[in-house]
Amino acid sequence: MTFGGGYAMLPILQREIVENKKWATEEELMDYFAIGQCTPGIIAVNTATFIGKKTKGVLGGIFATLGLVFPSLIIISLLAGVIEAFSDIVWVQHAFGGIRVCVCVLIINAVVKLLKKAVIDKFSFAVFLAVALAAFFTDLSPVIFVLIAAVLGIVIKNAGGKKA
Amino acid sequence: MIFLKLFFEFFKTGLFAVGGGMATIPFLYELADSTGWFTRNDLANMIAVSESTPGPIGVNMATYVGFITGSNIAGIPTAILGAVTATLGLIMPAVIIILIIASFLKSFRDNKYLDSAFYGLRPASTGLITAAGLSVAVTVIFPQTVSLAGFNWKGFILAAVLIVLMNIKKLKKLHPIVFIAASAVAGVVFSM
Repeated sequence: MTFGGGYAMLPILQREIVENKKWATEEELMDYFAIGQCTPGIIAVNTATFIGKKTKGVLGGIFATLGLVFPSLIIISLLAGVIEAFSDIVWVQHAFGGIRVCVCVLIINAVVKLLKKAVIDKFSFAVFLAVALAAFFTDLSPVIFVLIAAVLGIVIKNAGGKKA
Repeated sequence: MIFLKLFFEFFKTGLFAVGGGMATIPFLYELADSTGWFTRNDLANMIAVSESTPGPIGVNMATYVGFITGSNIAGIPTAILGAVTATLGLIMPAVIIILIIASFLKSFRDNKYLDSAFYGLRPASTGLITAAGLSVAVTVIFPQTVSLAGFNWKGFILAAVLIVLMNIKKLKKLHPIVFIAASAVAGVVFSM
């Protein structure tokens, strides 16, 4: 049971996996998390697969991941059903009108936090600005930006790597 | 065949969304526009529900989108099938990749090419989320048309108040659900 994304999971994992079940050491857990952050996909899913794989092999990895997404499946399906059923009521619509505003602000907050980690020099600032503008004003798929940015990162860092 | 497409779209999202749950938003935003399975307003509602419920945001979003898409076909049974399909699609690439790299963990972590790819990926991902966030903001602030008459000034004021509140030190640590609930109340009271 984790609220608010992959990072919220870390303290719970520390207690359950490291201290109670002893499936992994603290260090290994931090390693999984670091790799979870720098591989495609949801950090929490990546970490769950890792711990499962290490403990019980490939099947363990698959079952740990299914275990992680199962609560979401049930809770969200129930909620989505209820919200759908009541979506015609006027005050429910008003409530969501307010909630959508809050979501925008939450996204802004998330972006500000991400910026501090992602934009560390002129190159990363240029990539951020170019992608933000291009994605906002064109209909290009996000996939294209992700691929170009990965290649650019490799080229720039390894070409200018001797200086840095 | 909508379920195959649903699976594929979420497989793509799981493969290319780098850096946490919020990174799925640009992909889902594109999906809303290109398929018409759900609207931009639906997406904003989904983000709110995903943020205020247990579970990773990305997984919640996938379940929600799958549920809504499925329920538009034939009600609850297809909704549940849609939720499962989308969620499995989302986690599949991660599961495959992690199972592969778990075998050679050390060499993977110190790979300089991977490290430099993320040097470009992190700001790009942030840029994508910014653009998607802006697009959602435009639909919220201008619900019908982008004009002075269509300006949602109640929403704008609420946004300003929220930004101020969230940057007060004591309130900063509060869970987003507190602000979402407060905004829901404000929405009802001021008929937003």
